[in-house]
Amino acid sequence: MSRPVPRRPEYHKINRDLLVLTYGALVAQLCKDYEKDEDVNKYLDKMGYGIGTRLVEDFLARSCVRRCHSYSEITHIIAEMNVLFPLPPTCPVTGRDCVDAPAFATAPFIHIFQASSHKNQPQVLLILLQSQQVAFKMYLGVTPSVTCNNSSKNEFSLILDKNPLSEFVEELPAGRSSLCYCNLLCGIIRGALEMVHLAVDVMFLQDRLKGDSVTEIGITFLKQPEKKKYRRRK
Amino acid sequence: MAIFSVYVVNKAGGLIYQHDSYAPRAEAEKTFSYPLDLLLKLHDERVLVAFGQRDGIRVGHAVLAINGTDVNGKYTADGKEVLEYLGNPANYPVSIRFGRPRLTSNEKLMLASMFHSLFAIGSQLSPEQGSSGIEMLETDTFKLHCFQTLTGIKFVVLADPRQAGIDSLLRKIYEIYSDFALKNPFYSLEMPIRCELFDQNLKLALEVAEKAGTFGPGS
Repeated sequence: MSRPVPRRPEYHKINRDLLVLTYGALVAQLCKDYEKDEDVNKYLDKMGYGIGTRLVEDFLARSCVRRCHSYSEITHIIAEMNVLFPLPPTCPVTGRDCVDAPAFATAPFIHIFQASSHKNQPQVLLILLQSQQVAFKMYLGVTPSVTCNNSSKNEFSLILDKNPLSEFVEELPAGRSSLCYCNLLCGIIRGALEMVHLAVDVMFLQDRLKGDSVTEIGITFLKQPEKKKYRRRK
Repeated sequence: MAIFSVYVVNKAGGLIYQHDSYAPRAEAEKTFSYPLDLLLKLHDERVLVAFGQRDGIRVGHAVLAINGTDVNGKYTADGKEVLEYLGNPANYPVSIRFGRPRLTSNEKLMLASMFHSLFAIGSQLSPEQGSSGIEMLETDTFKLHCFQTLTGIKFVVLADPRQAGIDSLLRKIYEIYSDFALKNPFYSLEMPIRCELFDQNLKLALEVAEKAGTFGPGS
């Protein structure tokens, strides 16, 4: 069967500042509506979840990914995609970068092996996260680096040197010290992965706004509950 | 029209979108005098020809119109029962139009869920792990192409067997779905798609595919 022809996506790009400022206004409004930081975080996560469930289809439709059956095929596709989606052009007016209009964070590339064999799991998950890098680039214009956190290989981190969403935030407001400003991203990752049958837990491990040196998003893959096999009727 | 219909099936097997663009089928309209030499039977809320095939009117064809006015199931437009009307010699001579009955939306729903189940069985029967499921179903009068996304939505296109380029059409329909159905804030996932922009863009994509694709005799 012939390989699908890779094509350039035809969708609008908008000014990055518009996106970043809109997000800031959204978080500011949520802070006005809810007093507790946990509530704001929770609602950001919920909104992100809704975005993620829809964004994943957009990502899959445009990135020509197909079911992969081997490690080398996957890395080949990821490399190809990096060529196809070069860094966004800079806007001639402000000199800043343009980002893609469809909601503004990631939609992980999914489904490498259908959680079939456990011994492949670590490789699978690593590839999954490599593809998240592609998605980050596609939608936000930055590429995070991927690291693996524990030996059982089901915890990973995406490390962002510069987080485009918090570009204009100098510091968190007083009394909002436990606010996760970019919690929307966590929700998006969780929603997108859930649409392809992978249960994950996503949270911020380090946040530049809280004084750490980089922004780190931690992803923990939860074990899928075993599907019940059909029982024969006696 | 080389592309007959498009179906979109959600994860649970329910039909969420359906679009038909049939060419007009063979229909026969004839004037009859009493007594009618065809045997008509009521079946499934429709009046069908059971016996007496002739002149383009075949067994299984339904009564589509009487004297020019469309028939509604087993009742005429005025509310009278078709069989009763045709049994009365005072109504003759009468002009009746017969043709292949169209699928009702309930039937389409049923067929979509059945296809969903067959698809699931097909993937399980595969001797290799990770099968893609049914991709094409071929008959002499049409080809059914199916594309299942990684998230479980199926796009099904029924087209002429000679029509080419359906694979790229399926991918295009997926893009249109992600653009106009999913980004519509009033659309809930897994529900029937009622978005005008989706309809418009889908029709446009079908037209483009038809113009680009057919490589058959005489085209």
